[in-house]
Parts: sequence; C-alpha cells; structure tokens
Amino acid sequence: MKVLVTEYLRLDLAAEKWECRRCDHEIAGARENYKTGLLIHDREPSEIHKPMLDPKRYGFTFAPNPRWCRILEYYCPSCGTLVETEYTVPGHPPTHDIEFDIDALKAQWANRKPVVERTPGKDLPRPEGHHHHHHHHHDHEAAKG
Amino acid sequence: MNVMPGIATLSVGERKLLQDFVDEHQLFYGPDPAIMRNHKLEPRTAAEDAAMKKHDDPHLLNQVRGRVISALSESFRMVEQMGAAPGAKWGDLVTAIFSASGDLSEISPAGIVTFAGVCQYPIKFVNKYWTHDPTVGVRHGDGFIHNDSRYGGIHNTDQSMMMPVFHEGELVCWVSSTIHEGENGAIEPGGMPAKAESRFDEGLKMSPFRIVEDFQVKRDILTFLQNSVRDPKLQFEDLKVKLHACLRLMDRVRAVIAEFGKDALVAYLRRNLEDTEAEVHRRIAELPDGTVRFNTWIDSTLREPALLKVACAARVKGDRMTMDFRGTSPQLSNRSVNAVMGSTKVCFLTGVLQNIWPDLPHNQGVLAAFDFESDANSLLDANNDAPCAMSLLPMFRTITVATVSFPKFIYGLPDGAKARATVTLAAQYNQPATFVYGGLTQHMEVTGNFCADINGNGQGARENRDGEHGVSPLFGFMCDTGEYELAEEELPMVRLIAQHLATDRVGWGKYRGGLGYEQMVTARGTSMWGFMTGQSGSWFCSAPGLFGGYSCPAYPIAKVKDANVFDWFKEKGNAARFPYDIVELMNERPIESGRYVTADAGMTFEMVQEGEIYMICQGAGGGYGDVLERDPAAVMKDLSEDLISHESARDIYHVVYDRRTLIVDAAGTRAARDAERAARKARGKPYADFVRDWVTEAPAEDLPYFGSWGDTGRIIAGSGKTRQVMDAGAIQPVFMPDPRELRIAALEARVAELEG
Repeated sequence: MKVLVTEYLRLDLAAEKWECRRCDHEIAGARENYKTGLLIHDREPSEIHKPMLDPKRYGFTFAPNPRWCRILEYYCPSCGTLVETEYTVPGHPPTHDIEFDIDALKAQWANRKPVVERTPGKDLPRPEGHHHHHHHHHDHEAAKG
Repeated sequence: MNVMPGIATLSVGERKLLQDFVDEHQLFYGPDPAIMRNHKLEPRTAAEDAAMKKHDDPHLLNQVRGRVISALSESFRMVEQMGAAPGAKWGDLVTAIFSASGDLSEISPAGIVTFAGVCQYPIKFVNKYWTHDPTVGVRHGDGFIHNDSRYGGIHNTDQSMMMPVFHEGELVCWVSSTIHEGENGAIEPGGMPAKAESRFDEGLKMSPFRIVEDFQVKRDILTFLQNSVRDPKLQFEDLKVKLHACLRLMDRVRAVIAEFGKDALVAYLRRNLEDTEAEVHRRIAELPDGTVRFNTWIDSTLREPALLKVACAARVKGDRMTMDFRGTSPQLSNRSVNAVMGSTKVCFLTGVLQNIWPDLPHNQGVLAAFDFESDANSLLDANNDAPCAMSLLPMFRTITVATVSFPKFIYGLPDGAKARATVTLAAQYNQPATFVYGGLTQHMEVTGNFCADINGNGQGARENRDGEHGVSPLFGFMCDTGEYELAEEELPMVRLIAQHLATDRVGWGKYRGGLGYEQMVTARGTSMWGFMTGQSGSWFCSAPGLFGGYSCPAYPIAKVKDANVFDWFKEKGNAARFPYDIVELMNERPIESGRYVTADAGMTFEMVQEGEIYMICQGAGGGYGDVLERDPAAVMKDLSEDLISHESARDIYHVVYDRRTLIVDAAGTRAARDAERAARKARGKPYADFVRDWVTEAPAEDLPYFGSWGDTGRIIAGSGKTRQVMDAGAIQPVFMPDPRELRIAALEARVAELEG
C-alpha cells in the first residue's frame, strides 16, 4: 500500500520508505525524517525575492534580509524536484515537519483502497450562468476550465 | 472562587468562614481564568437535555436552524448598511447567537468568526458574575457592552453588544453584534496602537457591563464612552446600530419560539454544537496519527526589529488533535504584539474554518474538538498585564499555522474522506496591510480609524490553480476592500494609486499565490493628520508557500517626506507625468526636494504634511509546488498581465520564449528546466553534511532573537550581552529597552568619541 503525503512525497507502507512521486526514487526510511534523504541548498533569499528598490540607497527593498532569513530548498536527489522550501533563521535546525506513526497508518489504511493520484479536493460551487444570454453562457463554460 | 494561599493550615470551619468572606467580598472582578482558559462547551444543562429529548427530529431542528441563520444574515446586513465604522461598512463585523450558557452556536454566514468566537467569554462572565449580583442582574431588555480582550476579544478596537433573550422569565439564549470600530481613545488614534507600552495605553477598557436597559441606551454611560474616544459620533452611531441589529435578531428568535416552541430553539442551539464537535472528531480520526511541525518568525515588535518565533507542533492521535505552541517567543510586556490564549485559540479556529473545513457550521463546537498547549507568558499566551492592541501579528500566524499543518495531514486521504472538504491551499498573506490614520478632517472633525485596504490579502495558491489577488482578509472571507472615494469624501486623504497590482511581488510556485496591491496615499486639506502601519514581514517573509512553493516577498514601507506632490503636479502642469508605482517613484525620485525613505512596515503614528507620500503594499499569498512545474502558458499570461517581469520568467520559472510575441519555445523551456534541475542536484548537499555545517548552537549573537532554537523547552530572549535563556515552563516576561533611549545613548557615545 502506498499513501500520498504531499504533492511530491508518498509513503510505501509495505517497504516502509518515503518515495518521490515524480521519479519513484526511494528517499528515506518511512520512520525517518524524509528530509534526511533529500539534498538541501541554503538559498540566498534575494535570488528568489529580488530587491526592487535600489539596495545602494535603501535598507528595505522587498528582498528579505539575508542575515535574518534564509530559504532552505529540499531537492529530490534523483530528479531534482523542489520537494519543500523552509524559510528559517540562519543556523536554525531544519524542522522535522512530518512525523507520522507508521504502524497506526498501516492500520488505518488496511481498510482503505489505494490512492495513486490525488484528485483535487472539492471546489466551491460556481454561480449559475445566465442561460438566456448565449454569450454569457459561453463565458461561464470557458471559466469552468 | 478565590483560593487563599495558606488556607490548608486552617480548620475546616475556619476555612469555610474565610472562603465565604472572600467570595462575598471580591475586590475586583478581573478576567476569570476559569472562563478565559476554557474553550470547551459548557456541560449540557437540564433544560437543554429535556428540550433535546422532546425534539429529536433533525428535520425540525434544521428548519429552526434555517430560520435562525436567515435572521443572522438579516441582522448582519443591517449592521453593514447602517454602521459608521469603516470596518462595519466593509464586512468586518458579525452577529451571532449563543446558548443560554454562552456557547457560540451560530454566526451570520458572512460574519467574522473570531469576533463571535471570543464573545462567548464576556457572555459567560456576565452569566457568572452579574446575573446574581443584586447591583447588576440580567433582565429582559438589557444590553451589555464589552471591548477588553482580556475578558474575551481580539483587540480593544472591537466592540460587542450582547443581549439576553428571555421567554416567560427563562433565559433561553444570547444574541450579539460585534464591529471592528476603530477609534477607542488609545495612545495612538485608530484603535490599534502599536505604541502601547502597557494595557493602559490601549484606550477604552470595557469589562462587560450594562449599557442598555429596557431596550434604551443609558445616556450617562454612553456619554462617558464618547468622552473617552476621539470620535464620539462613531461611538454613538455604532452603539445604536449594534443594539438595533440585536433587537431585530431577538425579534426573529422570538418568532421562532412562537412558531416552534422554546424547546425547539434550545434543542437546536445545543445539538448544533454537539453535532459539530462530533463531526470534527470524526474528521480528525481520518487523519494520520503523528506530528506536523511548523516554525515561523515575526520580524518586528512594531517598535524595533526583532525575530519573534511562533512555533507549532500539530499532533493527531485517534480522534484528538492538539495544537502545541510551546517554544514560541516570550511575551514582550511593553510591546503591543502579545495575545491572550483565549483569543489565540479563536483565531486558530478561523484558520480552520476559512481554509480547511469551510463547510462546517461556524461555531464553538469546532474549537471544542481541539486541545491546545502553550507556554505561560509567551507571545500567544500572554498574562493580563501585557498590552495586546496589535495581537493580530502573532494571532494571524495561527491562521497560517492551520494552512501549513493541515494539508500535510489531509492531502493523502481518500477522495470520500470528510476531512477533504476543500482544495489544498497555501497560506494567505497574513499582515494587516493598511494605513491607520488619525487627526483633524477637512470637515473639522477629529477622527481616527483604518482603511478597508486591510481586507485585500492575496490568497494562497491552490493545488489546482493560482490564488486570487487581494481577495479578502485572512480572517474574513467575505470582507471587501471598500470604495476609497467614499473615504476621501470624509477624510483628508488622497489615494494616488488605485489598487495597482504590484509586479513581481509574487509567492512563486507551480501555482502562484494571489498578488497584493500597492497603496500610495497622501494628505490634503488638513492642518493635523498622521498615519501608522502595523505590518511585519519586511525582512523575514511572513506568508509561507506549500509543498515546494515559495513565500510572499518582504514588504517595507516607503515614504517621500519633505515634499508636496500637489505642488509638483502644479509645477509640471500634468499629473499624468507622475510615476504611479512605488518602485519607479522610489528609484527615479522625480520630486527633487523630497527625502526618500524606506523602513520596516511597522510604523508608529507619525504626522504627515500636505502632499507627503506614504506607500505600502498589500501582500501576496504563498505559492504551491515546484516553480519548474508551472505551465509556461501561465507564465506568459502573468507577463501579459504585468504580474511578473521578464527577469522572473527567466530566472524563477526558467521559461524560454520570444519577448515580443510571448510565444513559448517548448523544447528550449524543457532544456532550460532540465538544466536547472541538474544545477539543483549539483548545488544541493546531503542532509547530514548540510546540517553539520549549517546548524549553530544559538542564533547569531547580534540577532535580537526571541523563542526556542532547536529544543522547544529552552527559550532564548534578546541579543548580545543582555540575551537571556529561560526554561519554557518558567518564562519571565521580557521588557524591551526604549528604542529612542538606545538611539540617544549611541549618539551620545559617538559625540563623546568625537569630542575625544
């Protein structure tokens, strides 16, 4: 049984492994922190949130202060997918964000059917179109995507 | 009941004598921890039990419920149509109905959850202390008012009217109406004083008291309130508005009683709560057992830069869920950014109802299903001495906590799971990004309040589409940003940019967060006017992304001081030549005499001269997923809508295209993205190596850091020589030095140095 956890992570309960959903790479043991099996990069935050006001003139530029804020980027070592980002203070221990009780999870999924791909959750209902105006109806259909 | 120290040494008789004496002679009815720390439902009363036995037909109860919701909706619209406060005009309000014991059973469908959620506390206070007090009492036709967050409230700018509903002499329920009023006589105008250094700087401090008797406002008490605030008209008008909304609600409730009987109403109010709590437990039981952790940092006290940690571990075990906020920053006893736990919990409830389970009845049964842990004297669980006028800063993070924690539990659930009530979405922007103002208007009236721009937080990206721009505040999905032109008629403010979406201020991802808009304002036609702002996140991004998505950017305040833009318009003869864009204005500096300044967006009140320009930006929601998975066509659409720059299309999304036609080179894009994936693998370090090089024992010595580091049991406070380390169970509140004193000391040292 495999259980989806995030957009990029799933747990193989039988093998007790974290896996990458993009390339099926075995990331780490299911009872471990999945981050231990990923690559980490300490991203200079201004590469992502660029200074828009002239940094020579201003101390606040829309870019984070790199001495206060860093972005830890976690990559799948096999396919290079950006699995998780963690905004943190320089030197702060990475957060062990997902720690599930694997035995309880196995018991919980014993009676569930496997989910291979997530279908997005329920969306809010869209308002009814004005059926008597054809062009409005058309717009409505288009908006449904 | 007061518990006396040393009482154990007395005999049983003496003990009773002493206890009776103390109970009968209570010195002061302060906030009651037995009320304020209890978010669970009150026990089912005998009357409720009997009513529920009599009426167990869910169809009948649902009919009653429909009638009550319709009444709540009607009374909400009344307040929205008649209210004078900007908050009332644009949806920052609620009407609600409570059980006789004071549990919140239902709110107006478009109303603010937090306002109603915190109102249970003052109602329970009135029930407990005033009902049997011979000098007060609770009677038909009474109305009680309240605003002090220590007795239940988000911050003191919100005022509630609460009225008991009697039937044949029996209290059957309470109704309420709450508005974010704004002005409340605090040390700064507008009701949200970032400058408050003690609770006595926060203006009106209304413990729950009667202001309406026999359905009439007591004029002597009203006069006292008007005399205590900068806007006596507002105080009067909205008091009447809230009263009449309650009266209409009461009329409708009495009609329900007339039609279905009192017991049907009582049974519905209670069953609504019990069924909702049971449903939340069923949903929690669907989640995996385990812990999801999230840390975030507020980067300002609104008086000085500081890194204030908000830590959360969400734990699920069976059908129980505990939100554990231990490890959060200590309370700052002379800063306004503290929150009391009763309010913190209710704000978290908003996070759940607005983002995770919006289909649930919006009532206290949802909150009752959760458990909470916190450190006493922490930023989210401050004691009653701490000012909390800007409690929004830590409390809004608990909404963010919900949007980060729940998806990690919920995402993998089967399609039919009840806990999968809506799409997975990243955090909404979480700062009160608006101008608070005060002074003398062009109509020679003194006022203070805030702009409805606060209601335009960008939505977080969703798992299947981008977030909406400037959609609503994160605390109220139906609030509107209002008609600024109406504000300009009343206030000496001119908005130079009309909700201009700000290029490149994006929470990047496979799906991007909704953007925020720029706000550029100036003053005109007044001799006394000023602004304040209360945003954090100018150095540390505040709204996180999800599943590989990036956060919103950092947002400063920008100003052009010592210049009059109206003179410049006159001089140039054409106002269209002005750059209506923060970045262009600040980088090109067209007004030559101006002093161009940026700072962190937590600005205490300062006076503004005619034509000086103040600029902030409403923020973006967090992104969802890996940027390299964003559909190149969506990137081109963002470009064509000026939401992003060509540089970002290239550097963030790695899309190859023709700049003139915006036609994507699919093969080129694939190659560029493959190259970036390879580059990630080359620059990323294995976890163990990274942690060895990265993790430090403590934050850098010079960082003003507050909260846990690795171990949540150890709390760090401050920087340099004055940094303290405390046990989480024994936090001493922190007092911050006055930033002006520090500045003077630094300048004096410099003078001494220069003078040799």
